[in-house]
Amino acid sequence: MSVLEIAGYISLALLAAGGVAAIYRIVVGPSILDRAIATDVLLIIISSALCVEMAVNHHTDNIVFVVVASVIGFVGSVTLSRFVAERRKEPVEHA
Amino acid sequence: MLESWPAIADGIAGVLLVLGASLSTVAGIGLFRFPDQLSRMHAGTKPQVLGLLLVLLALAFAWRAWVWVPVLVLAWVLQMLTAPVSAHLVGRAGYRTKHLKREMLYTDELADVVASHDDQGRPAATADQRTVPQPDPTDHRGRD
Repeated sequence: MSVLEIAGYISLALLAAGGVAAIYRIVVGPSILDRAIATDVLLIIISSALCVEMAVNHHTDNIVFVVVASVIGFVGSVTLSRFVAERRKEPVEHA
Repeated sequence: MLESWPAIADGIAGVLLVLGASLSTVAGIGLFRFPDQLSRMHAGTKPQVLGLLLVLLALAFAWRAWVWVPVLVLAWVLQMLTAPVSAHLVGRAGYRTKHLKREMLYTDELADVVASHDDQGRPAATADQRTVPQPDPTDHRGRD
């Protein structure tokens, strides 16, 4: 077992811990913006896990996803925050 | 030196991988424990910039191929360009929807601006017009 494989296992364990906490925040999170932040963190954890796997196994298959994932996360969180800002301005007569 | 360079580069890559992954764990702990949305944003942006940089550097050391360096730079530059914009928008929407704990703020320079403008972003003339909002769905001026 090489140094890189050991480091890969440690990294995947650390990433899994962060992913579990992010999923907890997505489930519990009191507002939709908390869920947006936690979803961004979960997306970056997934692309980090792909990077770890590529580094350990010395292949370049998933680097395209890592590039695209940042743009996808950007579009998602911007859309969510715009949605929240628009919803705020609606009249609340049933509140 | 040159004969042992692949082993040294693999070691550097392993250290960088563990450091980058530990930043994700730190972000998870922050998301788990911090009390309000703005402080959770502070924790959540750690792996987005520095964590991804460390992991991509580890990839560069593991591959040891110059042709892939521009792709890694592109991935990091895209993340650097998009993370501040989305964090700004999320924080702005969170501030205006009151998802923050006032007692945790040391200073709030945005409160005066928000209080002196109405929902359409125009300066509020009197206090009466502020307390009685007049929604106009066709007017999109100043919605940013």
